[in-house]
Amino acid sequence: MIADIAFYIFAAVLLISAAMVVSARNPVHSVLFLILAFFNAAGLFLLAGAEFLAMILVIVYVGAVAVLFLFVVMMLDVNFARLREGFQRYAPVGATVGVVLLAELALVLGGWKFAPEAATLRLAPRPDQVQNTAALGALLYTRYILLFQMAGLVLLVAMVGAIVLSLRDRHDARRQDINRQQSRRVADTLELVRAPLGAGIASLGIYRPITAPAAADGQAPPGSDNPEVHAPAPPAEVH
Amino acid sequence: MLFNYLPIVVFLVIAGAIALLMVGGSLLAAPQRPYAEKLSAYECGFEPFDDARRRFDVRFYLVAILFIIFDLEVAFLFPWAISLGSIGMFGFLSMVGFLAVLTVGFIYEWCKGALDWE
Repeated sequence: MIADIAFYIFAAVLLISAAMVVSARNPVHSVLFLILAFFNAAGLFLLAGAEFLAMILVIVYVGAVAVLFLFVVMMLDVNFARLREGFQRYAPVGATVGVVLLAELALVLGGWKFAPEAATLRLAPRPDQVQNTAALGALLYTRYILLFQMAGLVLLVAMVGAIVLSLRDRHDARRQDINRQQSRRVADTLELVRAPLGAGIASLGIYRPITAPAAADGQAPPGSDNPEVHAPAPPAEVH
Repeated sequence: MLFNYLPIVVFLVIAGAIALLMVGGSLLAAPQRPYAEKLSAYECGFEPFDDARRRFDVRFYLVAILFIIFDLEVAFLFPWAISLGSIGMFGFLSMVGFLAVLTVGFIYEWCKGALDWE
């Protein structure tokens, strides 16, 4: 009873939000309705007993795919007025594509045949003692190993393709080199100099930035008891 | 089976009720005297300079794509972890092969510097 009510609520909200995805004027609203549709589809999966699929739908589609859509729609330079101005011109082409697609769908649905066992299979009760996720795992990794490994290959191709298409090497960019940061010594950057009283370190021949730390060391007067001057060295520059 | 989800429904109802209560309470209790200046959009006290829709670096997109791929990889791990006791060594090695293929991709993207930010 409650499950029936929940089914009709989920199905109704799913259909309404799917229609709103297509008909909303603002693409951002479309994506938000798409997220709502995903949530309701997950609810329908739950009611059908496919709990793992429901959770995966929420995690992968709502958590990653829809956020990616939203991200693209909100950040890309979409000028709505410019998008609409070609509507009259492209309407015949779009209508042709739509009619062809509709005809194909009609052909597919017209030739639809139910397997003879389908009616009895649908009436067979779900085994209640087997968990949904465990049932998937029992089949996916052994019986359907070929499909499973192919899924891995498809993911690999997607990863490599995304990198090849969108990664550009920039030569002017500064990268963080952790190895160089860690191997930097105190002696490379900091130097203690004895400066004579009343004179700046410029009289010792030290100008900022320090070019050669070894050259300044020898010029310090040995007997003077002046306070030590800390000279932080910026990255070496030639001047 | 479905009654296991009763706590989630309870949480949803409570969360929705609290949200409605807050918005509705401020609508009912607080005085509402809007005028044009108060309702106008502003950006740190100024009029908005620019539209928020602008082009951005494609690397954000790359990071999102890589996130989705590893998300899917993790999704395959859940049923495997649950049924590992029954599918035996073959199932274990099957997942090792799957992870090895994706590790090749991971090493590739590490060496190409796709995960670095500059």
